[in-house]
Amino acid sequence: MATAMQTGLTRRTFFQVSASAIGGLMVSLYLDLPLLAQDQKVKSPPDAFIAIHPDGNIIIQVNRLEFGQGVSTALPLVLADELDADWSQVVPELAPAADVYKDPIRGMQMVGGSGSISTSFMQYRELGARTRAMLIAAAAKRWGVSPDACSAEAGVVHGPGGKSAKYGELASDAAQQPVPATVTLKEPAQFRLIGKTTKRLDSRAKCDGSQKFGLDVDLPGMLVALVAHPPVFGAKVKSVDDAATRKLTGVKDVFEVPVAPGGSGVAVVADKFWTTKQARDRLKIDWELAGLQLADSDELWSRFRELGRTKGMVAIARGDETAIDHIPESDRIIAQFEFPYLAHCPMEPLNTTVRFDGDKAEVWAGSQLQGVDQMAIAQTLGLKPAQVTFHTEMAGGGFGRRAVIDSHVQREAAAIAQHLKGTPVQLIWTREDDVQGGYYRPMHLHRVEIGIGSNGMPVAWRHVIVGQSLLAGTPFAPKGGGVDPAVVEGVADTPYSVANFHVSAHQPTINVPVLWWRSVGNTHTAFVMETLIDELATRAKMDEIEYRRRLLDPKASKLRAAVDLLAEKAVWRNGLPQGHAVGIACHYSFETGVACAADVSLDHSRPRVHRVTVAVDLGLAVNPLTIESQVQGGLTFGLSQLVPKGAITLKDGRVEQRNFDTYAPPYISQAPLAVDVHIVPSTQAPSGIGEPPVPVIAPAVVNALAKLTGKRYRTLPLASL
Amino acid sequence: METYHLTVNGQRREVTVDPSTPLLWILRDNLKMTGTKYGCGISACGACTVHLAGTATRSCVVPISRVGDRPIITIEGIEADPVGRAVRNAWVEHDVVQCGYCQSGQIMTAVALLKQTPKPTDANIEESMGGNICRCGTYVRIREAIHDASRQLK
Repeated sequence: MATAMQTGLTRRTFFQVSASAIGGLMVSLYLDLPLLAQDQKVKSPPDAFIAIHPDGNIIIQVNRLEFGQGVSTALPLVLADELDADWSQVVPELAPAADVYKDPIRGMQMVGGSGSISTSFMQYRELGARTRAMLIAAAAKRWGVSPDACSAEAGVVHGPGGKSAKYGELASDAAQQPVPATVTLKEPAQFRLIGKTTKRLDSRAKCDGSQKFGLDVDLPGMLVALVAHPPVFGAKVKSVDDAATRKLTGVKDVFEVPVAPGGSGVAVVADKFWTTKQARDRLKIDWELAGLQLADSDELWSRFRELGRTKGMVAIARGDETAIDHIPESDRIIAQFEFPYLAHCPMEPLNTTVRFDGDKAEVWAGSQLQGVDQMAIAQTLGLKPAQVTFHTEMAGGGFGRRAVIDSHVQREAAAIAQHLKGTPVQLIWTREDDVQGGYYRPMHLHRVEIGIGSNGMPVAWRHVIVGQSLLAGTPFAPKGGGVDPAVVEGVADTPYSVANFHVSAHQPTINVPVLWWRSVGNTHTAFVMETLIDELATRAKMDEIEYRRRLLDPKASKLRAAVDLLAEKAVWRNGLPQGHAVGIACHYSFETGVACAADVSLDHSRPRVHRVTVAVDLGLAVNPLTIESQVQGGLTFGLSQLVPKGAITLKDGRVEQRNFDTYAPPYISQAPLAVDVHIVPSTQAPSGIGEPPVPVIAPAVVNALAKLTGKRYRTLPLASL
Repeated sequence: METYHLTVNGQRREVTVDPSTPLLWILRDNLKMTGTKYGCGISACGACTVHLAGTATRSCVVPISRVGDRPIITIEGIEADPVGRAVRNAWVEHDVVQCGYCQSGQIMTAVALLKQTPKPTDANIEESMGGNICRCGTYVRIREAIHDASRQLK
C-alpha cells in the first residue's frame, strides 16, 4: 500500500475502551491534537465511535455530516471491513460536535474538499482492526487458546475445534482486553466490503418519508422564526411598522436581530410556519442604505473587463512573460470568459433549531462545520462551546452552503433563541431568503492570451483572472494577503505543460458575500482550460484526446490514467448519429483525475446531453456504487452553469432572482439521459469524488456545441444558441 | 380559523386552521407528517408532491380551503399501493437517493405517472417528472428506476 495510506490515527490519538452498563463494548479515542487552539485534552464519551451491543448490533458514529455524498455508508463500511462485522448489523449515527470527531488530518470537524474518505479512511480502518483484535483476544482467553488460532468473519470469532462466539456475546469481555499497540491492517485482496458495490444504508428511510432532516426537528413547544433580511447586503433596519404583524393570531414576538454581513433584520416568531410567513409579509420596514456599496452586475462586468486588461497579483510565473509578444498574431488566441454568481440552493432550505437555557444551549442543525457553528452559537449566547450541545441532523444537500465560516444562519438562530430563553425555536430560511441571501459562487472574468508553436502546441500562455477571494477575512486567508488559491486553482496548477506560463489575479472587494460552491474554483477554471485546449486541438487538426495526452505533464499520472481509460471506453464517439457531436474534457482536482466524453445534440436551441462516459482515477475505490452516483450527480450539478436560469445577478445592490422561478438548477430534461462511469483500478490511497466530476461537464458540452454550431461559448450561462 | 375534515392515507383527520394555509403546512405542522417536504413554496420544485384524488399535486400552493373531500395520499401512505411499493422498491434497488430530500416528491410523481402510463417512454418520464428538482442530480437513476418499476408491474 502507498505510504499515504499509513497516516491514520495521529501519534497523539489514543484508544479508550470500556464496558457498557448493558454488557457491550464501547470504543473511543483520546485526542491530544496540539495544533488546535481551542483544545484542551478532552476525553470523549466511551462510545464515541463504536458501541457493540449484546444483541450484536454495532452502532458506528460518523464524524461527518451526511448530506447525500454517502459518507454515512462509506465510513461504517470501512470500519466494518477491518472489524469483520456482519454488515446487516451495522447502524450508522451522525456524531454531534466534539473534538474527538475532528478530521484527523485537518484538525477540524468538517465536510469539505472532498476529503471525508481520504482523511478518515485509515482512522476508521484502525478503529475496526483494533476492536476486532480485542474481540478475538477475548474469545481466545475464554477458550484458553492463542489468539493466533482464532479468526473472525461476519461478526463471529471462530476458534479451534469448531468453537465460535458472536461479537455481541464477546463484547463485554473484549472491553477488559488491553488495546493492541499495533495492528496489522488487511491487504486489499482481503477486503470483504471495501471495493465492493454496497447499497446506501439510508435509502429506505429516504423513500418512505421516515427520514428526519433538520427541518423536520419538532420539539415540545417549539416556535418557528423567519427573518426579514435587508434588501441590500449589510443594510440595517431604520424603522419598522409591525402593527399588522402583531395582530395575527399565533404571533409570539417581533424584534430586530443582527444579520451578516454587518446589517440587521426583523425576526418574526410564531407558532407555525404559515403564520410566521404571513406575519413576515405584513412587516413594513424602512432600511438604512447609506454608505453601502450597491453591487450591480452590469457595472461589475465593466470593472472586471478593465481589470482583466491589466496584470494582477502573480500566482505563477514560469519562463518568459513576454514570449507571447514575439509570436505572430495569426498564431495567437485571445479569449475572454465571463461567469456569473451562482447560488447553491440545496433542496432542504437552510435552518437551525436552538434552545437557550441561560447556562447552556442545545442545537439541531445540518452543518458541514459543526465545531465552527457551535463556537459561533456559544459566542452569540455568551457561553463556552462545551455548554452548547450540537446535534448533527441529516441535511438535504449542501454543496458548500452548510460550510460557512461566519456561521451566519447559526448566529441568527442563536440571537433569536436568546430572546426566547427556555423556548426551542427553529429558524427557517425560505427559498427566497436562500436565493437572495448571498454566499454565492463568485462571478469571474478570465482573459487569456495563448501563443501557438509550429507543432500546434501552446508555447506561451498569459492569463488574468478577476474574482472575489473566498478566503479574505477568514482565518484561512493567505498570510499577508496575496493570491487566494481558490481563485486560481485549476489554472495556476494546470497539469498541461506550457514552457512560458504566467497567471495573475485581481481580487476586488464587492458587497456580496461569496462562498465555495461544489468544486470551488475549478467550476470556472476547468471551463476556461478545457475549452481552450479543445480549441487548440481543433486548430492543430488533432484528435482532442490525443492532443491532451501529448500536452499533459508525465507526472499527472491520475489524470493520464483517467484520459487513457476514457479513450478506451468512449469508442462510441467515432460512430455518432447525424446531428450529434462529442465533447471531451478532463480535469484534476481534489487529488482525483476525471475525464469525460459527452454526446450532445441541439434541441430547440439548447444542448441536449444524451450520454456521458466518465473515467475516474481516485485511488482505491471504497464503494463503486457511491462513486457512480456521485459522478452522475456531479455532472448534473456542473450543468447548472449552462441552464438558462443559471445566474444570480444584481441591480442597484439588490439580487434580481427570487426563487426557482427565476434561478433554477437543471430539471430532468436538462440532465444527461445516461451516464456510464469507469474507475481506474488502483490500490493507491483513496481520494475524493464529491467534487471532482463537477468541473468537466460544462466544458465537454460546449466543446461538442462548437462542433455543431462552429461557435465558441465563453459567457455563462449559455444564451440561446 | 375554520375547521376542516380531511382523509389522509385513509384516515379521517380534523384541523382548525386559517383557510389560506397550504396543505403542505397542514401535513407538516398540524398533522406532524414530515415526509412531505418544503422546497420552494411556489410549485416550482415538486418536493411537496402528494396525491389529491389520485392526481399528483403540489401541496405547497393548495390552500386547505380548496381541498374539499378529495382524499389525500402522502409518501407515508404510498406503501399501501402496489404501484407505490414497486416504485419504492425500484428506488432502493437502484440506489437512487443521495440527500433524499426531494425523493418523497419524486416518488409521488413517479407513482402517479405509472398509474396513468404503465409503460412510460423517456419522453413521458420527462413530461411527468419535468417539474421535480433533484439538486443532487439523481435523474439518471430516477429514470432507470421508473423503467424498472414499470417492468416489475408488468
